[in-house]
Amino acid sequence: MSVTDLGMPAFPAAAARSTRDTRLRANLRYATHTIRDKRARAVGELSDWAQLRAAGRAIKDRTLRHLDHYLERLEEAVTAAGGQVHWAADAAEANRIVTRLVRATGEREVVKVKSMATQEIGLNEALAEAGISAYETDLAELIVQLGKDRPSHILVPAIHRNRSEIRDIFRTEMGSWGRPAPDGLSDRPTELAEAARLHLREKFLRAKVGISGANFMVAETGTLVVVESEGNGRMCLTLPETLISVVGIEKVVPTWQDLEVFLQLLPRSSTAERMNPYTSMWTGTTDGDGPRTFHLVLLDNGRTDTLADTVGRQALRCIRCSACLNVCPVYERAGGHAYGSAYPGPIGAILTPQLRGTASALDASLPYASSLCGACYEVCPVAIDIPEVLVHLRERVVEGGKVVRGGMRTVIQPAKGHAAERAAMRAAGFVFDRPGVLRAGQRLAARTRRLHPRRLPGPGHAWSDTRDLPPVPAESFRDWWQRTRGAERGDGREEGAK
Amino acid sequence: MRVALFVTCINDTLYPRTGRAVVSLLERLGVEVGFPAEQSCCGQPQFNTGYRHATEPLALRYARAFRDYEYVVTPSGSCAAMVRDNYPRLGQKAAAEGRGGALTEAAAEAVPKTYELTEFLVDVLKVTDVGAYYPHTVTYHPTCHGLRMLGLGDRPRALLQHVKGLELRELAGAEECCGFGGTFAVKNPAVSAVMGADKTRHIQETGAEAVCTVDNSCLLHIGGTLSRQGSTVRPVHIAEILASTEGNVL
Repeated sequence: MSVTDLGMPAFPAAAARSTRDTRLRANLRYATHTIRDKRARAVGELSDWAQLRAAGRAIKDRTLRHLDHYLERLEEAVTAAGGQVHWAADAAEANRIVTRLVRATGEREVVKVKSMATQEIGLNEALAEAGISAYETDLAELIVQLGKDRPSHILVPAIHRNRSEIRDIFRTEMGSWGRPAPDGLSDRPTELAEAARLHLREKFLRAKVGISGANFMVAETGTLVVVESEGNGRMCLTLPETLISVVGIEKVVPTWQDLEVFLQLLPRSSTAERMNPYTSMWTGTTDGDGPRTFHLVLLDNGRTDTLADTVGRQALRCIRCSACLNVCPVYERAGGHAYGSAYPGPIGAILTPQLRGTASALDASLPYASSLCGACYEVCPVAIDIPEVLVHLRERVVEGGKVVRGGMRTVIQPAKGHAAERAAMRAAGFVFDRPGVLRAGQRLAARTRRLHPRRLPGPGHAWSDTRDLPPVPAESFRDWWQRTRGAERGDGREEGAK
Repeated sequence: MRVALFVTCINDTLYPRTGRAVVSLLERLGVEVGFPAEQSCCGQPQFNTGYRHATEPLALRYARAFRDYEYVVTPSGSCAAMVRDNYPRLGQKAAAEGRGGALTEAAAEAVPKTYELTEFLVDVLKVTDVGAYYPHTVTYHPTCHGLRMLGLGDRPRALLQHVKGLELRELAGAEECCGFGGTFAVKNPAVSAVMGADKTRHIQETGAEAVCTVDNSCLLHIGGTLSRQGSTVRPVHIAEILASTEGNVL
């Protein structure tokens, strides 16, 4: 994934740092709770939400099952409509293709529509290395870019910033990228938006190349769809002469009838709107209307490997609405940066370790970035059972096993750093499978109960830094049962050592 | 009706009074309760941490221990959810590894007869007024696995609302996780602690004397946090409230 993500600390350390940042926590709490409540109201308006959700899930599953077929239909349709289709196996290949296409136009600047796929592959950094400036035009992405920052949310990438921070970024940074912020800029939202509008207008009118992702690709006609709120997308998709769209292969839907389901699910789940303000659709090229050249770069980058996993593949249903982020109690406290990839929150915790693998300490820590509370699954508009996939990936981390990487079947080893835990789990397994041993341990603990420290030594501090332990009772339940009932009922007897 | 208590390892070891309360409550309602001593742990800590294979013998043990009973009642939302949601997955995954039989059978045997306590009271015994008396102000935290995996809905609240003397206080942000999450509490201690701090702040804001849940594992974290804060709010399992009577307030 993006080069800026390398060298990130594992999730617990990064998240711990976020919990000490009171401003960040206040920004995140306010923003996530606001969107969360609005989403609940927007979804509550529809009496057929459960059916829509089931339909969205079923369409995605069917499409993923026959992904090769629909991608080839899409390629035929896009080509027939005057577009050119390129296939990119990984991030590096996608970046090479886009760099080559931009270079071929002779341009040194591109305008960008907000796109998760290009964040995932680190396209802006790759273009910069090739001497090409990529300008983000979504307001929040602009804030992130001007602030030399990283996105921390799928829908609202600058969610970690409040408006006074945004004013400061605009005042100090806009001038070095183009039109400077107006003098005396305040932190009123309307003034901030106007400053961004003036700054961006210059870019839209000058740019000859636009780069986008897509929310959906309709296979039957080769039509791409971008849903957005600000109109910057419409500008980038219509004004430049050349349009390059980088889209993950899982974004294809078979027909317009299928698309209809997702155009209901996505806006209500993401921005809590009945319908988003701008929905742009384009099919190849049209003479005298919009870009004269259209390139579609179909991105794999670990998706085919993910598809090979019968449990993990449901992550590919994701339509990037970010409802799971907004309800996640862990995301709310950890912030998006702690997840170390373009995809933060619960969906990131199951997507990143599948797209990138679990080899790095960060990626191996992501499946554990959840209390398994299930709030994410409850709001997911395509019913991704995120807790199920998290547990599945935890198994991959601690037990290793068979996976597909780079299209090849391979066996991965258990991740390092789990030896003590593995030993503890084995010991627990031994004890719990021998109630006689369990009882002996309980009796020992009861006899020594006055000696137990209130705070635990060694690794136990992770528990007892903030929580007291309950006192160990004088008698376990099973001893009480045997003492009071065992003899009369006859079903409380010891089973013996095993 | 042959009913067994699955007390769970954490209640057996740390909260035996909860197990005793379930026995007393069910017997008061005319149910004869058995306690097969072969039972131990449902395997949830191992399973949820990624040690699926270490969970398998415990699932087989569970099915074996309760083989002779029609109903298994447990005072734990998350342990009931472990059996109901994850035992079938153990079978499916083992089958995919070419050795499904025994685990699939264990799940088929265990799942239909396993009930969380409030489900058993409301759905099987069809009772919401259990004749309890508990003269205290109480706030109720719906635990995540009870709320979202089991779908307990308003069963626990309905039971609490019928307890004489009990005043139920509304908990702000009730459906947000308390931050326990099993090994999450020690693997991500900083996030777990701030989640716990937010939950306990909301609990204290209710002014209630006690906080009640259907799961002592969450109360281990909530109660431990309250205790460290020097709070006087008591963590109480719902079984202990429902078992209390005018003659014997637990």
